[in-house]
Amino acid sequence: MAGGGTAGGGPRTDTYAPVRLWLLLPAWVSLTILVLAPVSMMLVYSFLTKEFRGGVIWEFSLSAYDQFFCNRGLFGDEPCSIEWTYLLIFWRSIWQAGAATLLSLAIGFPTAYFIATRPARQRALWVFLITIPYWVNLLIRTVSMKFLLRDQGPLNDALLGLGILSEPLSIVNTNLAVQLGLFYSYLPFMVLPIYAAVERYNFSLSEAAADLYAPRWVILRRIVIPAVKPGIVAGCILVFVPSLGSFLAPDLLGGAKTFMIGSLIEEQFKGNAGNWPFGAAASMILLTMVLILLLIFARQQARAGNG
Amino acid sequence: MKKLLHTTALAAALGLTAGAVMAEGKLVIYHWFEYIPQELLDKFAAENDVEIVMDTYDSNEALLAALKAGAIGTYDVAVPGDYMVKIMAGEGLLDTIAEGELANKGNIQPEWADPSFDPGRAHSIPYQWGSTSFAVNRDAYKGDIGTTDILFNPPAELSGKINMLDSQGEVLAMAALHMGIPQCSQDREQLKALNAMLQDAKAHWASFNSDTAKEVLVSGDAAVGQIYDGFAAKARAEGANIEYAFPKQGYIVWMDNVVLLKDAPNRDNAIKFMDFLLEPENIAAVTNYARYNAGVSGVEPYLDPTLATQPESNPPADAGAGVFIEVCDQATQEVYDQIWTNLKK
Repeated sequence: MAGGGTAGGGPRTDTYAPVRLWLLLPAWVSLTILVLAPVSMMLVYSFLTKEFRGGVIWEFSLSAYDQFFCNRGLFGDEPCSIEWTYLLIFWRSIWQAGAATLLSLAIGFPTAYFIATRPARQRALWVFLITIPYWVNLLIRTVSMKFLLRDQGPLNDALLGLGILSEPLSIVNTNLAVQLGLFYSYLPFMVLPIYAAVERYNFSLSEAAADLYAPRWVILRRIVIPAVKPGIVAGCILVFVPSLGSFLAPDLLGGAKTFMIGSLIEEQFKGNAGNWPFGAAASMILLTMVLILLLIFARQQARAGNG
Repeated sequence: MKKLLHTTALAAALGLTAGAVMAEGKLVIYHWFEYIPQELLDKFAAENDVEIVMDTYDSNEALLAALKAGAIGTYDVAVPGDYMVKIMAGEGLLDTIAEGELANKGNIQPEWADPSFDPGRAHSIPYQWGSTSFAVNRDAYKGDIGTTDILFNPPAELSGKINMLDSQGEVLAMAALHMGIPQCSQDREQLKALNAMLQDAKAHWASFNSDTAKEVLVSGDAAVGQIYDGFAAKARAEGANIEYAFPKQGYIVWMDNVVLLKDAPNRDNAIKFMDFLLEPENIAAVTNYARYNAGVSGVEPYLDPTLATQPESNPPADAGAGVFIEVCDQATQEVYDQIWTNLKK
């Protein structure tokens, strides 16, 4: 349809030019239905008036955002002071997700490196093995994790039996349990992109560096890691983002004593509060945060690519 | 009665010969988890030649949220608790059962025939009733457990080993009993004191969980658990050395009810199902399974004999009063929502 302009182009052929719009249609339709529509609905709902016990009244209101940022006391009649409750919940979730991401990176990078350096025929098998636990539902895996970590669970039994501990470690219902749960839930999302990057890495670069007397640590830090950085960044995003919104691990492993972003939002729709606009507002704030984070990553990537 | 039995038997016979491949009708139930024996569903399905579909929820609030979010019109019947029947009726989510539609309505025990949450039983029939209190592991603690101090101001050996239900209504109602204040108090000093008391109590709690309220007691992960009486009985049957408490400050009484939902796609089958559950033999099967109490006359011959003497169903003489959870107005409820958020922040 839009002819010309591509005449002097490089390797791109324009065989599909006349039907390009039609070919893109399914992608646009699914993006609209699955992404744009729900997010717009959320945006609209966050500016509506809440209906008692769930639902919305179609009247413009800022009270959801006011509730998020303004502390007006137990009875809601004091002047606005900064509301730390929800900022604290967000901060805690970010911290948890960040810790889980670092843990995944620490275990995931060596794992991916190991797999990528196996002979080609073995690699598929290793990747296959990494994905096996993920054939099982997330809920089941999280509950199993709880059984492993329990005070009378196998982990403590083993440590006590070996004489490493004299008292069982209380891990369940702590932040550590949540981080372990998130780490375990999303580890393959870290391993697979890094594996893909390391597999493409040209190992003769490492050999060349070694020939020039670069110590191993320097080779890893200055040659391997920069080369596979896109994989690392992708892995970190893929672990961090779902960890941020998760509520299974915090509820089951953390004891649900403190709200996380995910459980706070869930409570607004499923719980007693029944405050849909507030749930939508909290989701919008989360979405904005993640978006800003991804933009920063993307810009850094672009800069690194150009430099 | 005889005629009804005859027709159901006939229907069952027809169902067996003609059906089996494809059921004639359908019944879509929205129910609590782990609350009805599969054999009973199979029996109804066979007798009436219907295919039964059941989804489950884990709190009254989750049920309300799902229905308000658009699930109304999908389900025929649901099983809300007492206060939720009142809320759902107020929200216009329930259909009215016309006089004479339920053949077995007379089977409802007189004390449950005209409850405050559904006058005249216009929308509901009794399902099960029981209490919510807490159970204590007797290996962990040997002292007196007949007080709500066990939950809110526990002795040192129980501190940090308490699981609470992850349910605002049940936690805050129990807290109100503990402090001896009304459930929907509007007195600012009382509300502030309630807020402060819960903040202190939280330091003693290990977790909030409703779904695993029974499992944590059986596994020993928790030494004290806020729990429903039937769940406590099941936990005991599964080997936990626990005792269900009836505190002197009082405890929560509840009744779950089968309601006819508005716009039920299979209204006729829903009515049949309600009649089915008003038959003493059938509702007794639920009681034997769930270990609560039926609200239907004539169930006694069908009940498991151990139920009559199980400690979870028999409050001691010095127990406090059992109270229903109350429905607060919007302004009051918002303060309670704030207290709950403060508790979990």
